Formats: sequence, C-alpha cells, structure tokens
Amino acid sequence: MARRRNLPLLVMALAVIAVHGLAAAAGKPQYLTQLTMAGYYSLVIVGLTLLMGYTGQISLGHAGFFAIGGYTSGLLTTYNLHSRSSDTLVSLLRATGLLVAGQDLYGGDLLVVRPGAACLIALLVTVAIAYLVGKPVLKLRGHYLAMATLGFGTIVYKVVLGSSLVGAADGISDIPAFPLFAGLAVTGKSVLRTQNYYLAWGLVLGAMALLTNLIHSRVGRALRAIHGAEDAANAMGVDTARYKLQMFVLSAALAALGGVFLTHYNGGIGPSEASIMKSVRYVAIVAVGGMANLWGALIMGVLLNFLSLRGSFGSYDDAVFGLILLAIMLFAPDGLLRVELVRRLPGLRRLWGRTP
Amino acid sequence: MSLALLFQYLVAGITYGTIYAIVAIGFNIIYNTTGIINFAQGEFVMLGGMIGVTLHTFVPVPVAIAGAVIATMLAGALIEMLFIRWLRRPSVLRLIIITIGLSIAIRELALLLWGEGVRALPYFTGTAVTSFSVGDVHISPQVLWVLGISAVMVAALNFFFARTLLGRQMRACACNREAAQLCGISAKNMVTLSFVLSAGIGALAGCVISPITYVQYDSGTSLALKGFTVAILGGLGNSMAAIAAGLLLGTLESFSIWVMPAAYKDVIAISILLLILFVRPSGLFGNAEAARLKEY
Amino acid sequence: MKKSGILATFVLTTLLGAGASQAKGPTIKIGAIFSKTGPAANLGGPEARTLEMLVQETNKKGGLAGYQIELIVKDSGSSPEKAISFAKQLIEEDKVFAIIGPSTSGETLKIKAIAEEGKTILLSCAAAEAIVNPVASYVFKVAPNDSHAARRIFEQMKKMGISKIGLLSSNTGFGKAGKEQVEKLAPGFGIQIVANEVYEKEATDLTAVVTKLKAANVQAFINWSIEPAQAIVIKNARQVGLSVPIFQSHGFGNIQYAKAAGPAAEGVIFPASRLLVADSLPATDKQKPVLLKYKQSYEALYKEDASTFGGHAHDALLLLGKALEKAGALDKEKVRAALESLQGVVGTAGVFNFSARDHGGLGMDAFEMQTVKNGKFVVYSDTAAKK
Repeated sequence: MARRRNLPLLVMALAVIAVHGLAAAAGKPQYLTQLTMAGYYSLVIVGLTLLMGYTGQISLGHAGFFAIGGYTSGLLTTYNLHSRSSDTLVSLLRATGLLVAGQDLYGGDLLVVRPGAACLIALLVTVAIAYLVGKPVLKLRGHYLAMATLGFGTIVYKVVLGSSLVGAADGISDIPAFPLFAGLAVTGKSVLRTQNYYLAWGLVLGAMALLTNLIHSRVGRALRAIHGAEDAANAMGVDTARYKLQMFVLSAALAALGGVFLTHYNGGIGPSEASIMKSVRYVAIVAVGGMANLWGALIMGVLLNFLSLRGSFGSYDDAVFGLILLAIMLFAPDGLLRVELVRRLPGLRRLWGRTP
Repeated sequence: MSLALLFQYLVAGITYGTIYAIVAIGFNIIYNTTGIINFAQGEFVMLGGMIGVTLHTFVPVPVAIAGAVIATMLAGALIEMLFIRWLRRPSVLRLIIITIGLSIAIRELALLLWGEGVRALPYFTGTAVTSFSVGDVHISPQVLWVLGISAVMVAALNFFFARTLLGRQMRACACNREAAQLCGISAKNMVTLSFVLSAGIGALAGCVISPITYVQYDSGTSLALKGFTVAILGGLGNSMAAIAAGLLLGTLESFSIWVMPAAYKDVIAISILLLILFVRPSGLFGNAEAARLKEY
Repeated sequence: MKKSGILATFVLTTLLGAGASQAKGPTIKIGAIFSKTGPAANLGGPEARTLEMLVQETNKKGGLAGYQIELIVKDSGSSPEKAISFAKQLIEEDKVFAIIGPSTSGETLKIKAIAEEGKTILLSCAAAEAIVNPVASYVFKVAPNDSHAARRIFEQMKKMGISKIGLLSSNTGFGKAGKEQVEKLAPGFGIQIVANEVYEKEATDLTAVVTKLKAANVQAFINWSIEPAQAIVIKNARQVGLSVPIFQSHGFGNIQYAKAAGPAAEGVIFPASRLLVADSLPATDKQKPVLLKYKQSYEALYKEDASTFGGHAHDALLLLGKALEKAGALDKEKVRAALESLQGVVGTAGVFNFSARDHGGLGMDAFEMQTVKNGKFVVYSDTAAKK
C-alpha cells in the first residue's frame, strides 16, 4: 500500500530531474525560470484542489492568500526601520536577531526584518486571517460561499491596490533575496537558477507528499464524506465544520508559502497577484485537472502557467483561461482526464483506474 | 454638513443605487426561474451600452436603444440555449463556474470587437454640463431619465408577472418546476425567457446610464458584484426588496465618501455583502426559513 | 498514473517545442514589453501600435542604422510577474539587444535590476523618477517626469493667484505618482491642498467626490488620472455647479476624453506634449516636423487619434537608432555609452539631453500648457483665456 502511494512521488521527482536534463540538453536552461515560477503557483493549485475537489468548498478568492503571504514578507523585508532604531520595540527585535542591517538603493542605512523571520510571520498572518475568515465563510454553501470568497478576494485586491504602505498600484520592488543555507538563496539571479528550480520543486514535492498522505488517511475519508453528502457526514459524527476549516487554513498556508517564495524569487510583487482573474485561473486549472485530481491539477497547472508566463497566449491570456473554464465545465466537468465519454467504455475504465 | 450638501449626496446615491437595483433585478429574474446566479449579468449591461453606441452611428438614439435591447436579448437567448439548456442536472458549482467563464468570454469578445476605448450615447436631453437646480442642489437631466426609465421598467415587469399569461407561467415555474411542467408549461422555454428578460432590462439600463458613466469592455465586472450585493441584501429573488436595497447601498456608498477615502468605496459594498452573508443570508427582507428551504 | 503519464509526455513535448528565431543578415533584435491589455491599456495599446508601425517603416527604409529590426512584443497586462518573466526571457533566451518599455513604473522598477544584471539596454516608457534615480547604467526612460508637469501646473496657478486647491487622483500607478509629486511640490509654491481624494479607476460617477471639493471651497482643483474617470469628473464638477478652474495631468492628452466630456472639457488646463497641438505650432518649432510626421502616419494607419503615450515608443526607437549610429557597432556597451552622450535629439515628448547622471533627458520645457477650446486642444495662453 505504502509503495503504491509513494510511487507517484518518486515518478514526480524523476520527472523534475528529467525536465531539467531535457531543457539543458535542448540548450534552453532558461526554461527553468518559468518552470520555477509555475512551481510556486502549483502550491496554490494543489492546496485549492484539496479544498475544492476533496472537501467540496469552492473558493474564488484564493489569490488573496497568495498575495497576503507575498506582500507581508515583501513589506517586512523592505520597510526601513532605521529611523526608528531608538524605539524600544525595534531595539528588542534587533536584539533577538530578527532584523538585519544593510544599505538601501541610495546608499543610506537600511534596517529590515530578516527574510527567514519575515517568511514565518507571513505564514502566521495568513493562517490567522484564513482562520478568522474561514470560520464564518465556511458556514455558507453553494452560491453564497462562492460570493463570500469572491468578496474576500476582492477586498484583499482593493486593499493592496489602495494602500500606499505597500506601494499601491506599483507594488513592492527591490525585495531582497531570501538566503537559506550553504549559499542557497531564493533569488532570481541567473547563477542560482538551477538551484532555485530544485528548491521550488522540492517544496512542491513535499506538498504533494503531505497532501497524498492526508487524502489516504482518516482525514481524507472524512473529506470525501463531506464532499459527497455533508449533512449525512454530520449525522454520522464527522465534525464537518472543523475539517472544512482545517482544509481551508491548510490550503491558505500553501498558497501563502508559494506567495512568499515567489515574491523573493521575483524580487517584487504587485496587486495583479491578488486579482480576481488570478483566482479564477486557479479555479480553471483545478477544474481542468479534474477537481479531485491532485496530479492532474499539478500537471495542467505547470503546463498552463508555463505557457502563460512565456506569453504564448499573447494578449488573450484571460480569454484562454475563461474559455478553458467554460469548455471544461460544459463538456468535461470531471476534468480532462475523466471525460464523460470514457466512463461509458468499460474496457477503458479498467485501464483508467481510480483516483490516485 | 449643510442640507443642500446632504441632498446632493442623496441624489448621487440614488443614481448609483438605481443602476445596482436594475442589475439585481436581472439576477433575481434568472434566479427565480432557474436557481442560477448569472455572473454574466453585468456583461448584459455592458453589451447594451456598447451595441447602442455602435448603432447610434447610423440611427437616432431611440432606435439605437431599441436595437441594442433587442440584440442583447437575442444574445441572452443564444447564451442560454448554447450553454445552459442542454445541461442535465448540473451542480451548483458547475453552473457558477460556467457563468463566470461566460462573463470572461463575453468581456474578451467585447475587447476584440470594440477595443479598450470608452463609449457613450449622447445625453438624452441637454449636454454634459446642463443641470436642474433646486436651491443649491444640482441634478443632471440624465439622472431623471435613469430614474424615470427604471421606474417604468419595474412597473412593466410587475405588470408582466402579475397580469400576463407568460409572466404567470414564469412565476409558476419559479415556485414549483415539476408542477408547472405537469400543467403543460415548458420549463426549458421559461428558462430561456428569463435570460431574455434579464438581458433586455440590463441592456436598457446600460444604454440609459452610458452618457453618465461611459461603457468600456470591462464595465460589467464591478456592476455584477454590486448588483449581487444588492440582490442578496434585499433577499435573493425579491425584486421589490432589491430596489430598496439598491437605494440603500447607493446612499451608503455615496455618504461614505464624506468619511473615508473614495478609493475604498468598493470595499464598503463588499463588506456589506460579507456581513449580510454571515449574519442574515436571507437578506433584510427575506424570510430566513424560506431561504433555507430553497435548493442551492 | 497512466493518464498522468500521457499528460507528462505532452508537457515535455510542448516544453521543447519552442525554438529561437534565426537571424538573417545584419539584424538587431529588439524586445518590447507593453501593457496592451489590462489596467494600463490606454498607455500600452498606443505604444505597441506605434512601435510596430515604426519598425515596419524603418525596415522598409533600410533599417535602424542599417540593421533590419526583429521586433518581439510581449503583452504584460501590467502584471509585474509577467514583466519579470518576459524580461528574463527576452534577455537570456531571445538575447535581444535592447528592450523598449514597460508601460508602467511599477513594472519597470521590477525589471530594472534584471536589465542591469543582463547588461541589456532598457528604454522605459514610464515616468517614475525612481527608474533613473539611483542611476543604473543600462536603464533609461523616455517619458517626462511627473514633477515637471506638476511644476508647470503650479506655475500657472501662481499666475492666476490660486492658493487653495483640491486634488483628485485615481488609484493607478499613474495617479499615485502624480499625487505624490503634487503633494511634495505644493508647499514650495505656496499652495495648500485642502481636499485630497483618491478614487477608483473604474469609478463611473464622482458627484459625491466633487461635492466634497465644493464644500471645501477650493479655488481650483487638479485631477490626475488617465482613465475615463478624468472625463467623468469634469462633467460631474460642472454639473454640481463647481465652476472653478480645472487642471488635469498629461493623462488628459487624448482627444477622446475631451470629446467624451463634451462642453465640460472647455477651459480645462493641462500640461502635455506638443504632439496634441502639432498643427498649430509655429513653423520654426523644432519639434513640429517630427510631431506631424508621427501624428499623420499613426492616424492614417490606425484611424484613431495619436496619443502622447504612443509617442514614448517613438522616442525610444528614435534614441536607440541615434545611439546605434553614433556607436557605429552592434555592441551593447558602446551603444549604451553613446545613448548617455546624446544631446539635442528631437522627439515627440521634447528635446532629449542625456548624461551619465541624467538618464531621463527631459526638462520642464517638454510640456506645453494646453487647454480645450471648441472641443479641440489648443496652446494655452493667459490672454486668450481672459477673452
């Protein structure tokens, strides 16, 4: 049983290496840049698959969590506390080693939060917000839940767009690299391109391991019960409210993790990361991957984000995702990998197998 | 705040509020007959405005408006028949996502056809700067057109639903679909009709508001959110309540500018939406039990 | 896993599908990142169209300093993450010689370091001073500073004896930049901002906002945005009876907004490029021939009014061409140094004078105070206004 479950993870690890090898062999090592970015977006997507596909709760505002993570970390690592270094709070933070000094763009003194600490704080902030928002929102169902999550996403967007603290429409620039260990850092510099690729995909692999284990555990069965028939599950003693909230928070945390890392990788973040179109894209990818299909969502996510980031869709980026959404929902609501036709053919059905 | 200022804000609020209310009524008509929330409702308003302006380049304004309304109604019917009609027992999630996809598709199509520029019909009476003055309060004549036409629309809709056979058939469908079908009413046609009606009133609203607000390919998005807020605020499905709720929201937004930055105006509408959803999802005027019984 | 395997193969094939285009003869690869769609489409749309038009014209006439231009245009939709990805792609994979754009300051600031690291010339069409301050050797901008526009407005206000004003701006990068400059420079001119509001880009009715201005008894107000809201706000202002002088930013420099606002636009004063009044400039004006040529070709090809923003793309290509001629070789460092030494280049936005410390090249005279008379843009003159 364990071996069967871990096989896909092993295949994924090998695929990650293989893609690198192929790209290098084809003389296109730069593809790793967009693959790395797509990898961080995948963290949002697989978390959202858990929430929408397995727990059955739609979220039209998940880009908001990505943005909260990214913006918090970005703000903390660029907000200059130097002019306040005599404040007690600041001296306290300095003493505990949470701050790091340096020079700003103009050669002046800079005192900001250490990226590692900023990352942790960003995750905690996102988890807190997800908990506070999730508690009332998850009591809703159907249209109301969709609209509430849409509303949440819109508020996050409007707030980052309107607040001059985070640069309003321009966003935050010159976000420093996030140093990890042994010379490795989350940064966009081309010398560390390969390392960052493996770092990003290592994180995604870890997330997939976590999620596949979760799905095959007792929690996963509870989730399927909730998705299938929430009231019945409740009647059977499953604490639906608690599970829904936990999955909501977990998916938000994954999104924030992606947000933090991508922000440091890019060296900047803008309000576009919180936009509703971004949230709709994530939903489109989850849908096309197969709603309750982690691997499908991952693969489609990488493919579509990779192409989008390279400008393959030109000016019709939004249109492509909108049409995908429409087409999938009309003709293949269970995702591309399980088109309704296939179900009718018994032979193929056996070959197709079941949900991983 | 002086009395004149108060009235000025009130007039502004009523203007915005009326448009939100019209969009909300469009939501309600489709929701009542089908249980679907049509995220593409805002796009009907946008299409009405855009088509109206395009037609105006060769016909006078009233003809252009009539043409725009008819064209949008056709679009509404087409959308329903192509994308919704043949679905069998679609889940709520599926329908939500389909209408979102439709909204995006229509928006991008509008961008392709009309580009990113803004358009507007000319003011029906007067110009961009004429206004009636009542004391120190100034009202543009177009605002009166908006209020007037909206009132006529609502009255016409009420008449339609209460007195005409078709209207009563639609109401029957909304109440109990199977029973209506047993009585020989074609539920599928009622659904198409509801889309046609919603498209029509949205288009008319779009034409009448365009001199004041201009239309652009993406005008529909924010309208849909506000319209939905108003629909929920009044109680989903209840159109008279939608009008009251629309005026309420419009006024709140308008007065909010006195106390907080105008950049956060939209945040007010959304916060109200979230508050209502958390506290009283059946809306201010809705019946809590009835809302729970209605299928999601 | 079979289904995922099939998809995986599909993914791999797609990844290896794209190939780099081959160069033929003496060519120069130029990349462009514009916001053709999205919140800054009013900027990026004309810019992209201008560049495409000019590249075609230039290639027909023998190329840029003899090199045939291979243009790669990317639509970033004002998303910084896309701008970053495209910048890396253009520099590392397509190995472009120079990048023109992006359209917004937010995006430019995000790719400034990338262009510098990749030693690729960046000619941004955005205006923020932070783009060229601190100076990065490869990064230039061709749009005039917002501070110059603000200063021109304040000078005019002083002449008119105005000291109490209202400020309205939109929540876009353009509006925010202008707001900062106005707030910073006002005290220096003895002007007090008594009402200061930021509205949303999509705002369709600003009556409540202008009512607030009226209540504050402003002697004039400035509106800084590039959206349709700039036409709406002046309409609303006149409708509520606010008859004070209205100043706009150079974002107003597109005749469609004057048309949209109708009679409300009459008398609005704004600083903008002379492109808008090219026809009425005296024959001795240095910029006139350049402006007329650009205006006529653009309007003939695209059947829409030329905008000052499209002119930025024109200037960027012009400057690159001049630098290439001066350097005499397709060498990034030489062309960069040549760019820095360019003096007196007449573009649509003004006359450019670069130096090692000034990568912006434009001064306050890049702007001409203009107004709307009978639905047309004309040069503003105090005497004409008094009539």
